[in-house]
Amino acid sequence: MTDQTTQTGAIAPQADRSRAASGGFLGLGFRDFRLLMIVVALTLLAPFLLNPFPEGSAMAQFNAGYPDLMQRFVIFGIFAIGFNILFGLTGYLSFGHAAFLGVGSYAAIWMMKLVTTNIIPGIIASIIFAALFAVVVGFISLRRSGIYFSILTLAFAQMSYALAYSVLTPITGGETGLQIKSTDRPFLDNLEPGQIGRANLFGIDMRASQILEVGGWQFTFNVGYYVCAVVMILAFYMAIRIFRSPFGMMLRAVKSNQQRMNYTGLSPKPYTLAAFVISGMYAGLAGGLMVAMDTQVGPERMFWTASGEVVLMTILGGAGTLIGPVLGAGFIKYFENIVSKINSDILHGWFAFLPDGLEDFMVAIVYPFVGKGWHLTLGLMFMAVVIFLPGGLVEGGQRIARLFRRRKAADGATKSAAE
Amino acid sequence: MSKSTFTRRGVLRTGAVAGAGLALPTYLRAQDSGFTNAPGPDSVTLGFSVPLSGPYADEGADELRALELAVEHLNGEGDGGMLQTFSSKALDGTGILGRRVEYVSGDDQTKSDVARATARSMIEKDGAIMITGGSSSGTAVAVQALCQEVGIIFMAGLTHANDTTGKDRKANGFRHFFNSYMSGAALAPILASQYGTDRRAYHLTADYNWGYTTEEAIRASTEAMGWETVNSVLTPLTQTDFSSYIAPVLNSGADVLVLNHYGGNMVNSLTNAVQFGLREASANGKQFEIVVPLYSELMARGAGPNIKGILGSQNWDWKLENELGAKYSGTNAFVQSFGTKYGFPPSQAAHTCYVQTLLYADAVTRAGSFAPCAVVEALKDFEFDGLGNGPTLYRGDDHQCFKDVVVVRGKENPENEFDLVEIVEVTPVDQVTYPPDHPQFGGAEATLGTCNNGA
Repeated sequence: MTDQTTQTGAIAPQADRSRAASGGFLGLGFRDFRLLMIVVALTLLAPFLLNPFPEGSAMAQFNAGYPDLMQRFVIFGIFAIGFNILFGLTGYLSFGHAAFLGVGSYAAIWMMKLVTTNIIPGIIASIIFAALFAVVVGFISLRRSGIYFSILTLAFAQMSYALAYSVLTPITGGETGLQIKSTDRPFLDNLEPGQIGRANLFGIDMRASQILEVGGWQFTFNVGYYVCAVVMILAFYMAIRIFRSPFGMMLRAVKSNQQRMNYTGLSPKPYTLAAFVISGMYAGLAGGLMVAMDTQVGPERMFWTASGEVVLMTILGGAGTLIGPVLGAGFIKYFENIVSKINSDILHGWFAFLPDGLEDFMVAIVYPFVGKGWHLTLGLMFMAVVIFLPGGLVEGGQRIARLFRRRKAADGATKSAAE
Repeated sequence: MSKSTFTRRGVLRTGAVAGAGLALPTYLRAQDSGFTNAPGPDSVTLGFSVPLSGPYADEGADELRALELAVEHLNGEGDGGMLQTFSSKALDGTGILGRRVEYVSGDDQTKSDVARATARSMIEKDGAIMITGGSSSGTAVAVQALCQEVGIIFMAGLTHANDTTGKDRKANGFRHFFNSYMSGAALAPILASQYGTDRRAYHLTADYNWGYTTEEAIRASTEAMGWETVNSVLTPLTQTDFSSYIAPVLNSGADVLVLNHYGGNMVNSLTNAVQFGLREASANGKQFEIVVPLYSELMARGAGPNIKGILGSQNWDWKLENELGAKYSGTNAFVQSFGTKYGFPPSQAAHTCYVQTLLYADAVTRAGSFAPCAVVEALKDFEFDGLGNGPTLYRGDDHQCFKDVVVVRGKENPENEFDLVEIVEVTPVDQVTYPPDHPQFGGAEATLGTCNNGA
């Protein structure tokens, strides 16, 4: 994360330098390659990293290494990476990105209901449909910039949500959403009568898990998670290439000064539209993966709060940085799924060692911040990050790294002085 | 000068190797019990997925209270509640099959996506063997489908749309709450006797699944007794001001307004209708009337004095046993222990969740196994009494409970804030029973499928 220093600025000359210097692995500079390797390691070892506490211990509450949440981490990571290509590079704040996620999801589930329960065609369809929809929305919305652009995209997303919720009920299932039913007969599969199709990758069930027990610890390796993880690593690699490409440079130019770009004779429109469609495709991919992992779609995933969430993820992690959005996505999903499940019973368990009156007092103080109060905690954290770390969590990481480096440098200095 | 050799990748690599080394003497575990999340010898975990935020947060909070109470009673704490009146005596307050009952709770936000995620985390992380709760048909159908897929029992909470046990019915899912069809069938005779059989109705319907099935049910049963439907208009779920929908009603030639709305929607539309003077108006030479098919105490509290005199139906009411006698035994026992613990009477959402938990525990005990298919077998065509609704049947064809339906009216002079509705009549179960292949319930195509034990 230490290689992000210059990216929040308009143009990163360092990018070119590092690439030129290395010429190296997979077309990435050394630092980018290192970052990619860190992401690869983190995602592949996630079942260990997210389950640091032994099963049955009081801290097991904070374990996040179960398939559903791990899948969500990487899927929303993909969503946020894609959003960041638009927001982080061009500065266009789309407030309706969840619509593409939803379109992708509906495309994928219909592929699974009609064609095959293999996830590949579904995911491809989700990307294609999201891209088509993004072309339409982008073509119209990108006629304006700034707040007007945001409002236009928001309007499109809310429109999609309202359509999916009621008017298009025959296609979208309305409030109830769509699931794979026993009456669905995808024509490429040979299902027995009454059998409910399951999402699979050439016959491997997405729900299949192996559980590894080491002492008191329990680690779950889920097929679906690893499929998502591989897709996210590819998506992340693509994002690095886009960030470092001449195309990425043009996008940064749009962000820094669109007028100047116009005066030099370049039209920003094709670039912004391309960025918009690419990020829409990322959202569609995320939507398709969501369906592949859990074969159901509800219209709520297009609601404006879902669009707002990805903005929060990106800003919380660090807009315009490569790894920031992924961190932000993980952070928010962790709160939503772990902190929201702490109820007063569990709190009483924690403070049971205190005398009765004090126990109740402590529970009363902590309770508003957990369980249904998780929004409050998240809001406070978000405020703190925006005020004290405007560059997001990535900036926090950089500050810590800098602190260590300075200390090391200081050590070195005193040593050499002593010699 | 020394140089540290700790790199991030180095540390991670070492960690991975160490992890693999530690793993060697152990084994990769497979589920060997034959069903998903088989409980250990000491405790069993139930999953309570209820809305704690969003439009139905009040219902959700009340459901959670009742569920906590049910766990207490199952574990032999408190006064036992309905365990004393329940016709099946299998439960003895020692947990379920000798295992202490524990629970996990989560917020489903009344969104089907979130509800699925919450339920999945309960199943995958906490090892929940049964999921209950919820306050919308959308979440109920979504979670029920999930439970069918992974092999868990789903005991639906507050869900009123026909689909839950209609076209979306599942072998692993059960509903105690009544449904749109029953509301229509229960209301129709009362409406005929109160307002006559030559009325003209105007429907305002919330534009989503529950609204559609409710309108369909009310239309079918009122038209069968001679009413005419003048018009029906869909209103967006997010609407808060219904003035523009109410204004045309008076000139439409209708003399009854049916509000197929629930929760905040209903509170707002009813308030608007009363403000427009519909209650005092007369049309076709008759007094204008308003009907709200699905009623609840919580909504009555929201609507305040506007609810006075409005007819609707309920699954259960806390005053049932006091007013209509011992047929509805269990009601007072439950109200007693709920009131002692929380200081106010329970809502019908609380009641249905409490009863569902008891029914599940009882079925497991009678079956002698937690395996979902054994539970399904035990609940199939199960007849019981003493849980507040009188004699009740859990029909095996669609896993729907059949029992009397309460028709209520907003009270003219409420004594306190919990006494806002009065019971008009109870429609006996025979009048609300329908064949399992009824067209409003998916017709002949709808099937439960086969029960799933999971892996």
